[in-house]
Amino acid sequence: MGKTIAEKILSNHCGQEVRAGDLVLADVDFVMSQDGTSPLAIKAFNEMGGGKVFDPSKVAMVIDHSAPSPNEGTSNLHKLMREFAREQGIILYDIGEGVCHQLLPERGHVLPGDLVVGADSHTCTYGAIGAFSTGVGSTDLAAALMTGKMWFKVPESIRIVCKGRLPDGTFSKDLALYLAGKLTADGATYMSCEFGGDAVERLSVDARFTLCNMAVEMGAKAGIIEPGGEVLAWVRERATRRFRPVFADDGTYANVLEYDVSRLAPQVARPHQVDNVCDVGDVSHVEIHQAFIGTCTNGRLEDLRAAASVVEGRKVHPDVRLIVAPASRRILFDAMREGVLQTLVQAGAAVVVPGCGPCVGTHNGVPADGEVVISTANRNFKGRMGNSAAQVYLASPATVAASAIFGRITDPRKLL
Amino acid sequence: MIELATALAEEACCLGIEALPGGEGAVMLRGTAHRFGDDINTDYIISGKYKFKTLDMDELARHVMEDLDPRFYERLQPGDFVVAGRNFGCGSSREQAPLALIHAKVGGVIAASFARIFYRNAVNTGLPVIECDTSGICQGDVLEVDLGGGDVHDITRGLRVQARPLPPFMQRILTDGGLVAHIKKHGGFCLDG
Repeated sequence: MGKTIAEKILSNHCGQEVRAGDLVLADVDFVMSQDGTSPLAIKAFNEMGGGKVFDPSKVAMVIDHSAPSPNEGTSNLHKLMREFAREQGIILYDIGEGVCHQLLPERGHVLPGDLVVGADSHTCTYGAIGAFSTGVGSTDLAAALMTGKMWFKVPESIRIVCKGRLPDGTFSKDLALYLAGKLTADGATYMSCEFGGDAVERLSVDARFTLCNMAVEMGAKAGIIEPGGEVLAWVRERATRRFRPVFADDGTYANVLEYDVSRLAPQVARPHQVDNVCDVGDVSHVEIHQAFIGTCTNGRLEDLRAAASVVEGRKVHPDVRLIVAPASRRILFDAMREGVLQTLVQAGAAVVVPGCGPCVGTHNGVPADGEVVISTANRNFKGRMGNSAAQVYLASPATVAASAIFGRITDPRKLL
Repeated sequence: MIELATALAEEACCLGIEALPGGEGAVMLRGTAHRFGDDINTDYIISGKYKFKTLDMDELARHVMEDLDPRFYERLQPGDFVVAGRNFGCGSSREQAPLALIHAKVGGVIAASFARIFYRNAVNTGLPVIECDTSGICQGDVLEVDLGGGDVHDITRGLRVQARPLPPFMQRILTDGGLVAHIKKHGGFCLDG
């Protein structure tokens, strides 16, 4: 009897054959927390009598969400993280290195077949390279730091098959938003989403990260794609240890959903829910004041290239601020080397430090009352960007870039 | 090794509070219902603009639910319940969400369903989370919750609703006083027996 990818990876990490519904105590390959969750994790770790972390080479803390610090309270929490990292000898990615969910795969910390926990809900991103990775809270994370283990209920899996070729001007972000609209915010709660079908198999590595990143917006515990296509070659360039890729074989799925995406239009999530999704044409009358390209969803090189190809030779609308946050320092370098950054800056973009940028509302572009933002992020909750009197729409980098040029939500196919 | 047969049934459908271990002495909570809708995310519970600055949970508590109801904290009496629809606690993994509710002296959250990270965080930090049909409970209703029997009694409406039981392992974490106390007591996770 076959198994789902989630069942295989969890079986490989707990020393016995397990199936959906089983409870397991599993060894984790890597543990991560960021500046919004590390301070509480450190506190809980100390209260547990943590002593030394289970393996410093398998632990990273990342200062990305509110970095560089905008106020003294945050500064003191960052200091706490730096001191803990120094004492424990763990990996610390300080300000400007980038977003945790870009850094872990980019630096070879997460590999296909791995089991990873992170104190950040978008830890599900690493399913893009065939890892089972999921978000936990700070106290769970502290227990993982101490023991190298985490308890899981082996999730049921939904197989989501996407068929057809995504049309020009439509990207993995449009696919992710479309699926969020179809499944809704709790359609995959507690489940592992296995994404497949020829539309998914054709996605680049960057595009796969975007899709798996948004699995949690459907409630999922994990979002996984079989590590085919360019993935294994991409990983081998970065891997610092051996790994065991895992593929699905005739497992039992709670549900199999099929979508033909060959006629998909660019998608937009309207305020204030990620699953409030429509075709871009339905909101093309909406005027915007700020456009943001970046985050763990869409701050990668391919995303910046798509935005640059839209704005090349054009100027950002005079009533719009365009903010760009590359997802890592390496991406920033590559974008500089390729001239992508120059194109964006010439068009009028304000480039901020690699990291989460204005996504979580602490700095780098908090909108004013009544303003409308279009963003490549994964969440548009009321108040998410720091002002509950603002409205946030979500879209692909191409749609956000096109909207920045016209000052209203715009179908990027007009400009590509 | 772990007795898998007795392990969690369905994380998704076994949420709620079962008899507190020991069996004797029902734990009764009483308070007023503050009604919210579906998909209440952790950004609404405590906004990112506050949580990155401080570990002072009493300070965060003053801003709990602020973007949905700016006067929520003022109106809250100790022991009151947050009552919601589906998918309570979706979004970010921030543990500040259950902690801010605890420090605001919320007695517990009663919802039709919970998002998984929030649910784990609530149990780990000791916030009572009760999963049951909440469709009959209205703003301002006086509720009595029997954490032992898993019974939610809407006194205002004369309505009784049965909660789904907490999975046994999560119940053990709660009994031990949260995950920090569980780890201290057992020196690690103790899933068996």
